[in-house]
Amino acid sequence: MTATVYVPRDAAALSLGAEEVAHAIGIYAAARNLPLKLVRNGTRGMCWLEPLVEVETPSGRHAYGPVSAADVAGLFEAGFLRGAPHALHRGLTAEIPYFKSQQRLTFARVGVTDPTSLPDYLAHGGYRGLERALELAPAAIVQAITDSGLRGRGGAAFPTGIKWKTVLDQAVDQKYVTCNADEGDSGTFADRMLMEGDPFALIEGMTIAALAVGATQGFIYLRAEYPHAHRVLHQAIAAAYHEGYLGESVRGSGKRFDLGVRLGAGAYICGEETSMLESLEGRRGEVRVRPPLPAVKGLFGRPTIVNNVISLASVPIILERGAPFYRDYGSGKSRGTLPIQLAGNIRRGGLIERAFGLPLQELLYDYGGGSASGRPIRAVQVGGPLGAYIPASQFDVRIDYEALADIGALLGHGGIVVFDDTVDMARMARYAMEFCAIESCGKCTPCRIGSTRGVEIVERILGGVEPASNVALLEELCETMLHGSLCGLGGMTPFPVQSALKHFPEDFRRTRPQ
Amino acid sequence: MQELAPPQREAVRRVLERLKGAPGPLIEVLHGVQEALGFIPAGAVPLIAQELNLSRAEVHGVITFYHHFRHAPAGTHTVQVCRAEACQSMGAEALLAHARVRLGIDVHETTPDGRFSLEPVYCLGNCACSPALMIDGELYGRVTANRFDALIAAQEPKR
Repeated sequence: MTATVYVPRDAAALSLGAEEVAHAIGIYAAARNLPLKLVRNGTRGMCWLEPLVEVETPSGRHAYGPVSAADVAGLFEAGFLRGAPHALHRGLTAEIPYFKSQQRLTFARVGVTDPTSLPDYLAHGGYRGLERALELAPAAIVQAITDSGLRGRGGAAFPTGIKWKTVLDQAVDQKYVTCNADEGDSGTFADRMLMEGDPFALIEGMTIAALAVGATQGFIYLRAEYPHAHRVLHQAIAAAYHEGYLGESVRGSGKRFDLGVRLGAGAYICGEETSMLESLEGRRGEVRVRPPLPAVKGLFGRPTIVNNVISLASVPIILERGAPFYRDYGSGKSRGTLPIQLAGNIRRGGLIERAFGLPLQELLYDYGGGSASGRPIRAVQVGGPLGAYIPASQFDVRIDYEALADIGALLGHGGIVVFDDTVDMARMARYAMEFCAIESCGKCTPCRIGSTRGVEIVERILGGVEPASNVALLEELCETMLHGSLCGLGGMTPFPVQSALKHFPEDFRRTRPQ
Repeated sequence: MQELAPPQREAVRRVLERLKGAPGPLIEVLHGVQEALGFIPAGAVPLIAQELNLSRAEVHGVITFYHHFRHAPAGTHTVQVCRAEACQSMGAEALLAHARVRLGIDVHETTPDGRFSLEPVYCLGNCACSPALMIDGELYGRVTANRFDALIAAQEPKR
């Protein structure tokens, strides 16, 4: 009997040697004439177990990890093709507590299927949402998204249905659907994992969006730092065209939808939606003044949906299972599930998809197992480089939009970066300003000039030069940037700085060795 | 400004021919030119501007806005070390300092033998396996100083 072995092709797994493992498995099997089917899946999101090799058995998929090429011969000899015990054996993948406790809706197929196989996608429930959408009037599709409570997962958390309705209501012949895949926040990789692990979910979500608002052209704006995702998307889009899921008549409906990938060029600001549109039009990624909203005047001046990868990839299951199914996860105004990314100095980092409302504490210690260094966790930054630093005294906060806002933090794209007690928060404040200075588009003064002045002020504090008056000046500068900037880059860079000042004032007072 | 050598001119023309009909094609064109030539020579700017009906200033403005576009050839291998927060929490600053010493150059520089260029990068999306770096588009995670040295040693010598 031919055994099926899964070795991820996800970039995180490759970064830890998955390619060498796959190669070694192939060589070993070939040398002994063992019939073996090697599937290159996405990742299950348990990054600390990567490369995670899985074997299909009658009782389910068994997990082994982290596997290095040197372990391969031993795994064969131990009988891993039958799911036999071995030092690296983790039992059935579906029973690993980290994985079993999750509520995977958007990421249901990621790590399970061959990401570039359309038949595999269909066999695992793919394109059922589109089939449903093709039976509905555009307004009914938009209504389902509104009723689901889905809010933009890129960071702004704007209700997706309202955005779509605005685009639908524009009586214009040419409209666009664009996907913001410029995932630049440190600590986030959900978009990358989704695109590499289940690209058809994104393609299906964009196709449904196009049907909902009457758009005929879509673009995925992908950051240049994601070459692996770029290759997978190209393969998947080609397969979707080949089978009539994209093109002049989607599934024979007579409705056209064309989709292409546009590559960014290393500018964080292009994750801001109007800057992304400028970049898609081939210009400098300078933010636009709003209004008009992109939903009214977006790409090339036409009504445009701009949604994050995760928002769009959550659309198929909402259509397939119905709005109430999705809405019943989470509570209050935070509905559905959130792929949380646990990163930085953490023992068990990875992706955890759960309904909103999980306490941060549980993520850090139950899932994460504490810091990777074994030292106490001192601070976590939630929501990327523009997110606030949260001290240990607030680790009981629940992960949802409102609870985080209540403590002056934000959820952003769901990334959590962990720091142990060796972190110097004044240096992190300096970095926040430095990052803003490097990435500012230059259009507005508070961001362009303020960030550079901010670096200089924190440097004086670090050098012990009049710390009290420089801290006061830094606080004043933060207020100016907060209220005077055109977009979130200048307007939110103060969040990490202010939270560092508030929760870790001792780091701005002490003297440092020169 | 230096004139483009005929093969370079031809390469730029081919890229323009292929992409100039697309909507808002400038960034696509610049990617194409950089892919073909390894960088965007100053002499390519007037050619691109003319074909796309843009001013030279507009083309120059776009090239200089984006960190990805290069004005000069890179080394045989481009090493991008992540400096973002998640990698910092796992010692990225020390790794970058080690990289500078090991390669003998600062960031945005190329080794005198032309083998390596060192670039900072702000997130490679490998934040659960920090610190991360990328060499010629290949991603590496949990990179220690020793692993860095091994990775550099494993790159093929310059032909």
